[in-house]
This record gives sequence, structure tokens and C-alpha cells, in this order.
Amino acid sequence: MFRPCGVFDDTYGKGMAIVRTPQHWTFLIIALFMLFSLPFFLSGRVLHFVNLLGITLIAAQGLNVLTGFGGLISLGQSAFIGVGAYSSALLTMYAGFPFYLALPCSAIIAGLVGLIFGAPSLRIKGFYLAMATLAAQIIIPWLIMNVRTDLTGGAQSMRVSAPNIGGMVFNDQQSMFYIIIPIACLTIFLIRNLSRSRIGRALFAIRDNDIAAETMGVNLTKYKLLAFFICSFYAGVAGSLWAHWMRAISPDQFNLMESIWYLGMIIIGGMGSVIGVTFGVLFIRLFDIGILFAAPALTSFLPPQLAQDTGAGLSPFSFGMIILIFLILEPRGLAHRWEIMKAYFRLFPFKY
Amino acid sequence: MSLFIQFLINGVLVGSIYAFLALAIVLIYKSTRVFNFAMGEMLTLGGFILYTSMVTLNFPVWLGLLFTIIVSLSLGFIIERLALRPLIGQPILAAIMATLALSLIIKGIIFFGWGSPTISFPEKILPGEATLVGNIFLSNELLCIFFISVVAFILMALFFRFTKIGVFMRATAEGHDIAQASGINVERIFAVTWAIAALVAAGGGILLGSRFGLGIGTLPLIAVKAFPAVLFGGLESVTGAMIGGLTVGIVESLVGGYIDPKFSEITPYILLLIVLVFRPEGLFGLKRIERI
Repeated sequence: MFRPCGVFDDTYGKGMAIVRTPQHWTFLIIALFMLFSLPFFLSGRVLHFVNLLGITLIAAQGLNVLTGFGGLISLGQSAFIGVGAYSSALLTMYAGFPFYLALPCSAIIAGLVGLIFGAPSLRIKGFYLAMATLAAQIIIPWLIMNVRTDLTGGAQSMRVSAPNIGGMVFNDQQSMFYIIIPIACLTIFLIRNLSRSRIGRALFAIRDNDIAAETMGVNLTKYKLLAFFICSFYAGVAGSLWAHWMRAISPDQFNLMESIWYLGMIIIGGMGSVIGVTFGVLFIRLFDIGILFAAPALTSFLPPQLAQDTGAGLSPFSFGMIILIFLILEPRGLAHRWEIMKAYFRLFPFKY
Repeated sequence: MSLFIQFLINGVLVGSIYAFLALAIVLIYKSTRVFNFAMGEMLTLGGFILYTSMVTLNFPVWLGLLFTIIVSLSLGFIIERLALRPLIGQPILAAIMATLALSLIIKGIIFFGWGSPTISFPEKILPGEATLVGNIFLSNELLCIFFISVVAFILMALFFRFTKIGVFMRATAEGHDIAQASGINVERIFAVTWAIAALVAAGGGILLGSRFGLGIGTLPLIAVKAFPAVLFGGLESVTGAMIGGLTVGIVESLVGGYIDPKFSEITPYILLLIVLVFRPEGLFGLKRIERI
């Protein structure tokens, strides 16, 4: 790995550090300071988008552990988010849990549900696993819609109260920002660390070749299930935040389309790279907003009904195109581009 | 008892639709090792092409069908050439994502061309009434669909057995490298496979469209039920696709009739999970032995 001139790792600690140099620390602190002062000068609508980014980021990083690190494909991420959202909503609305307890509880519930659907992964992989998680993606919303509809409201939306921590009510974008973004930052940090730990290395080995990994002493059962648990755990965190942030949840928010979007974010960002997935989330969500704003302008010359249909088709069409283009032209994703750019600046006057 | 037979026969008839769609998926998986998640959208597009040829271009039914065959064959070629061929040799996730992306693209195209409402064909393609045999109610439409899919299966079996390209496709399914070493142009086989599968999908779209109406909101969801059928029968087996499709149809119909019609929506997927846990390769699929 490149180091700037004059920087030497003379202890093991320095070699393992994520933040290496004083410059890194300065930049990190300035960036965090700027991030957390955002609510003071951004409007509610922009903050809404930032909060959406934060929640998406948590779920996408969870999926990154499963699909990016472990190579296990999941088409059910948004269903697991739904599990988190509904369990958090039920816990706070009917069981009287406070928000700060409902969040970890619903994350664990989502994790356990993930384990159930991850269990077939012990025998299957590839397409077959995609199928098992696809089944989860169809069964879970069905259960929400048809079981105990007196509590969940079935296909109708369910109202959720705003988080209330010690008398403070978090009922607007500014205050939710201070719940969502710290958790998102913590998620990035934890998953970055996970990728360098024993678990992360075991998952990388499984991704490259699971039989080879097993012969080298990686316990496949344990690590595959663990990957599923971690993935759905973060989905549960994201779901709980989603429920208390949107304050009205319905099963159709957690559809197959969303799951494909999450996979798309990982692909575009670069599988297995934490910074890459962050870029991927940013890219896709910005792109989505862009389409939302551009669609009326692009279709204004068409008659109203046609314009509406074209607008509705624009988002899936362009998203599919982007995934396909990335798959063909840059399968390593934005993370690879980022590395190239970093190397360029590090070596600047020279080519290599 | 007659109620049971009624459910059973309904199940067989509906199952033949799933079997038909499963056939299109198995065809592609057999020779290219790609599971086509875009099947639902491809068949909807096929239905809409026939609709356009009949409504906008004012073709009679037979000319419309011919037009649909030509367009969907070329669509299959184009899809393979632009989306799948660059990904040969990439990891499995790339192939899965490519077909998922494809499904989104086709969905977008359908929105552009035909919008979101569910529409039906201007004239009946399949006969509409029903026949009573004893006290069992048989929908003529479903009977036609059943016979068409049986004919399709027989044609496919003959195609694989007796035509040169069918034999090439079977050889490619055995192993890409070996097939290439014996002088088969594997890439061309892939293209032909996608074209045939697109054709079968368009056929499925026409059958489904004349029964349920054409709509991007509904048809792909019905097609997704062919996935459990494929896995139940085994990904590599044409016979398996038939049996899997019929089983899924029968189970769905019986559960819907005796337990709860709502519950029947997810029975195929519960069946899928059971199959995946206990016999992942399906009834007739090949058990893969992995070596490092």
C-alpha cells in the first residue's frame, strides 16, 4: 500500500490504523463537524434527503457484508427492512417500548428472521440463494398484509409515533438528523472494522471459494449465518429508523424493486468496499432525485397521459441501464475509480 | 369428490401456464447458465407487441402472430448481444444483476410505449366459453393454453432430439469449454437460445394476456410463480419444467380451494423454500459436484 513520503508504520498499531496521519485526523474532524452542522443551514426538504441517504446507507452497508464480503446474494433486503420497521412500530405502539429499546430489539428480530431465510444458504448458493431470498421478499410483505391486520393495518399504512428520548420528541427533520446520521456514521465505522477482522477475512474467503475456505478451517455454517444475521440486523436498524422517521409505514414501501435498488447501489459502488458502497448510495439516490426533477421537464412536450407514463418508466429504465453499463464497463464500481483518483493525486507530478 | 377433481383440473390447467414459462427459463439456463429474472417483463413485452400489431398496425391475428414471432426473435438476439455476451465469464452475481437490470429496462420500455393500465386484446385469440364435462367446469381458454403448452413441450423435445442446433445446445449445456473444443460456436448457440426463449416468452405473454389482460403491473407477478416451478423440477430439465409447473399449479389450486385463497398466493414460494432446503437441485436437476 502507498504511504505518503516520510510516513512509516513503525508500530503494529500504526500499521492497522484506519486514520493514519495527523492530516487524516484533521480532515476527519472537519468533515464530521461540517456534517453535523448541516441542519443549521439546510432546509427541511434537503435534510429529508440527507436522512433518507443515512437510512439507505445503513441498509446498503448491511447488504454489503452479505453480498459484497460474503458473496451471498440477497434479493430480500427491503423485506428485512420491513421486518425491522414493523417490529419497531409494533413494539413502540402496542408493547410500550421506548424508541431507544425498540431500535435494538427490532434489529435483533430482523436479524433472526434473516437467519431463517439464510438457513438454506448452508446448502445452496448463487441463483438458488437468490431464489430463497426472493421467496423471503414475497412471503414477508404478504405476512404483514394478512396476519394480525388489526395491529398492522394490513395493506393500509400504519401510524408510528415520533421517537421520544427522555422527554425530547424527535418529530422533525432537524432532530431526526441527529439520530439517523450518527448511527449511519457508526455503521460505516463498524463495517469498515468488520472487513479487517477475522469475520471479514473469513467472509472474503467464502466469497472467493467456499470449499477452499472450508478446507482452510473457516466454519462455513457459522460465518454464512453470521453474515445473514449482520445483514438483516442492519436492515432492522434501518427499518426501525425508517418507521420512526416516516411515521407511516405500509407493506408496499418494502417491495422487490427496492431490494434490486440496494443490490444496484452495491454493484455501482463496488462490491465489498465500504467507501464504494457509500458512493453507490449517494450516486443512486442523487440520480433518483435527478430523475424526479428531470422527468416533468423531459416529458413536457408530450400529452399529459403519455407524459405521466413516460415519467413513470424513466426511473426503472435509466436505473437498469446504469446497472448494465457499470456491469459491463466498470464491474469494480466507483470504489475502483476512487482508488485510481487517489493514486493519481498521491503520485501527482509522476504517472506511477 | 367432484370438488376435489375440479380443483385438481383447474390446478393442472393453470399449472400448464407456469410450465410454459418455466420452459422459457429452463431453455436459457440449460445452455447459458444464466437464470433469466427478466422473464416476466419479456413475456409482457411479447403480449404488447401483438397488441400493437393488431391495434395500431391493424394486422389480422395470423399476421400479428407472425410479426410478434419475428420481433421477439430479434429481441432475443439483441438482448443476448448487448447485455449478456459482454458478461460471459463474469461471476454469477453479474449475470443475475444483468437480467434484473434487463427486467427494469424492459419495464421502462413498456411504460414508454404502452403505459401502466391493464388492457386486453381487441379480439379473442382463444375461445371464450367453457365446457361442462359431467359436473366439472372446464374453461375453454385454459384448455387451449394447456394444449398449446403440451404441443410446445413436444416440439421442444423433438427440437432437442433431432435438429442439429438442438444437439449443439445440449452439448453446450454439458460444458461450455468442451463444446467449444468440439467445434461448436458457443456464442452463437447462446444467441439462438435467447432468441428461442424470447419467442417462448412472447407465446406465454400472449396466452397470459388473453386470459388476464395485458398490464405491466400484473403479468410479471404471475410469471414470478414460474420460478418455484423451475426450481422444483430442476433447473436443467425440460421434463422437470413441465412437472414443476403442473405441481405448483395443483398445489396452489388445492390450497386456494381448501385452506384459504389468499394463502395460495405464497404457497409456491413456501414450496420453493422447502425444495431448496431438502433437495436444492430439484426433482430432475443435475447435482453439481464441486471441485476446487
